Amino acid sequence: MELKEKLISSFMAFEESVDVHSDLHDVRTSALKNFETKGFPTKKEEAWKYTSLGAILKNDFSVFPKTDGAVDFADVKKYFLHEIDTYKVIFIDGKFSSFLSSTTHDGLDVCLMSSALTKPKYKMVIDEYFNKVASKDESLTTLNTAFALEGAYINIPKSKVVEKPIEIINFSTGNEAALLVQPRNLIIVGENAHVQIIERHQSLNDNPVLTNSVTEIFARKRAIVDYYKIQNDNLEASLVDNTYISQKEQTHVSVHTFSFGGNLTRNNLNFYHEGEGIDSTLKGITIIEGKQHVDHYTLVHHATPNCESHQNYKGIFGDRSTGVFNGKIFVEKEAQKTDAFQQNNNILLSDKATINAKPQLEIFADDVKCSHGCTIGQLDDKAMFYMQSRGIPQKEAKALLMYAFSNEVIESIKIPELKQRITKIIAMKLGVNMGFDL
Amino acid sequence: MLQIKNLHAKVEDKDILKGINLTVNAGEVHAIMGPNGSGKSTLSAVIAGNENYEVTEGEVILDGEDLSELAPEERAHKGVFLSFQYPVEIPGVSVTNFMKTAINESRKAKGLEEMPANEMLKLIREKSELLEIDRKFMSRSLNEGFSGGEKKRNEIFQMAMLDPKLAILDETDSGLDIDALRIVANGVNKLKSDKNAVIVITHYQRLLDYIVPDFVHVLYNGKIVKSGGKELAYELEEKGYDWIKNEN
Repeated sequence: MELKEKLISSFMAFEESVDVHSDLHDVRTSALKNFETKGFPTKKEEAWKYTSLGAILKNDFSVFPKTDGAVDFADVKKYFLHEIDTYKVIFIDGKFSSFLSSTTHDGLDVCLMSSALTKPKYKMVIDEYFNKVASKDESLTTLNTAFALEGAYINIPKSKVVEKPIEIINFSTGNEAALLVQPRNLIIVGENAHVQIIERHQSLNDNPVLTNSVTEIFARKRAIVDYYKIQNDNLEASLVDNTYISQKEQTHVSVHTFSFGGNLTRNNLNFYHEGEGIDSTLKGITIIEGKQHVDHYTLVHHATPNCESHQNYKGIFGDRSTGVFNGKIFVEKEAQKTDAFQQNNNILLSDKATINAKPQLEIFADDVKCSHGCTIGQLDDKAMFYMQSRGIPQKEAKALLMYAFSNEVIESIKIPELKQRITKIIAMKLGVNMGFDL
Repeated sequence: MLQIKNLHAKVEDKDILKGINLTVNAGEVHAIMGPNGSGKSTLSAVIAGNENYEVTEGEVILDGEDLSELAPEERAHKGVFLSFQYPVEIPGVSVTNFMKTAINESRKAKGLEEMPANEMLKLIREKSELLEIDRKFMSRSLNEGFSGGEKKRNEIFQMAMLDPKLAILDETDSGLDIDALRIVANGVNKLKSDKNAVIVITHYQRLLDYIVPDFVHVLYNGKIVKSGGKELAYELEEKGYDWIKNEN
């Protein structure tokens, strides 16, 4: 049976197995209907012109894992930023692992989506926020909505500054021959609150995994949200990340996406403005090789005056790897004095590597500052010779140049341990020891 | 120390060096002068191992070893240093980190341990003072936004850090005002010893007032057409390059 049919036919059984608020049945049912009509996206659609899920969907994915995968702490602790100094919401094959997690209800909620969706005390919040910013017609998002059950639920009350970063990690164990997981995260950050969140998907063996995740983030007035996505999965794991962010006035939300691993990665990152004085930051570093594929599909919807958005994506593509950057900035008529900036720089290390870059600016206001720049190049010969003539071997010189190329984005990581971690991953990817602390 | 024998080189099928012969001994300063397009910068690039230039004939021998098969970094490890006419900007890499990497890679190639951090700092302090470089400079991205003079001073600072056997200064005087010229020349003179050698490549005689050469060679049309002592530089300044052109 094809995956689409398999999903549709299992929907009723799924609905019966979960006990959620009745209102959600309607949300799920109409989401499923949308998915049924649209199906999985194909290259015929403009938004998926350069990314094909075809080969991946041929896997016979288990939709609901049968067994409870167990993992040893010792085997996975290297994926944590900290053993103790972070809140953790950890999932194994889509199921919550209380053993590995460190959740809280003390002054803030860092817990489970399944509780939030089923327990009466969360009903009001769920009614107000769940599926309110996520797309209701994008097929993969609606597929996730139809089966939404588990993920992280984070609710930061007014004026709370969360001192510890929150880690959301989804492990897959390979207990199933092939696994489809659909995490669903809901993050609400209250007025004047501040939170740092790190999200990671990690497969622990070589069985194929497809993750179709949806994250909704709501930033209330003057909230600050720093969100980091680490995509350094193994070569059998593919990820479609759908993130929707709603920003109220004077909020600062930044999302950094580090794409180093995985088979196919598609990031749909959407920002919606609902107030003045908003600041949105979208940054990314992609370093891939082999036949890896990373597609960044961003949208910043400027709907209100006096807001800023900053995009800066760097990509380094080796071997036959392929990259896509599609950055859409939409400025509505009301959004005067918008300052929107988009930068996308790429280095191709081989003749067989490909990048498709497409900035899209749709501007309906007349008093705005919008700029975009896109470059595609090779490593600079002159810089290489300069460094080599100082005694730095070719491999190290290359690595230093690539590190320097990514540095602008690395520098803006606000969690020092994470900055170190990312630079270490980059040095490992480049196969060098730099001779100084990166 | 350095012997260049019948060196021919071309870039993109254009012959530029057409049989250069030059011997440089330890303790000597050689100036190579010549009009634009005579092959001065090509000669320096070829000695340093720039792969955009193809050596078609002849040899470059350093301390008895033919350099022609060596990569630029291997030549650097053997003591060749080129001060660039146009130093390259490398955003995102600080001067300090660049120097640490360069020095430790050289040490690694020689089978030595990395230089301890405090020793490195001491060396940086000492050499930056020699070139009158502000310490704040060290944390800036290499050459990015540097003025012409700052770039050239930074080149000589790198030379001081790496302590080469053979330093080639390619048009180090271009873009320098008189104060910067004095600082750069002073730096070079202090680094000079009877164990190393300097080749100064320049269009004008001006720099040679400060870095006094033992020998002056005139390069024209890919060949050394005249050699002499430092007085040759004054003669050139007086008569201009047309004198050379007319004779050849």
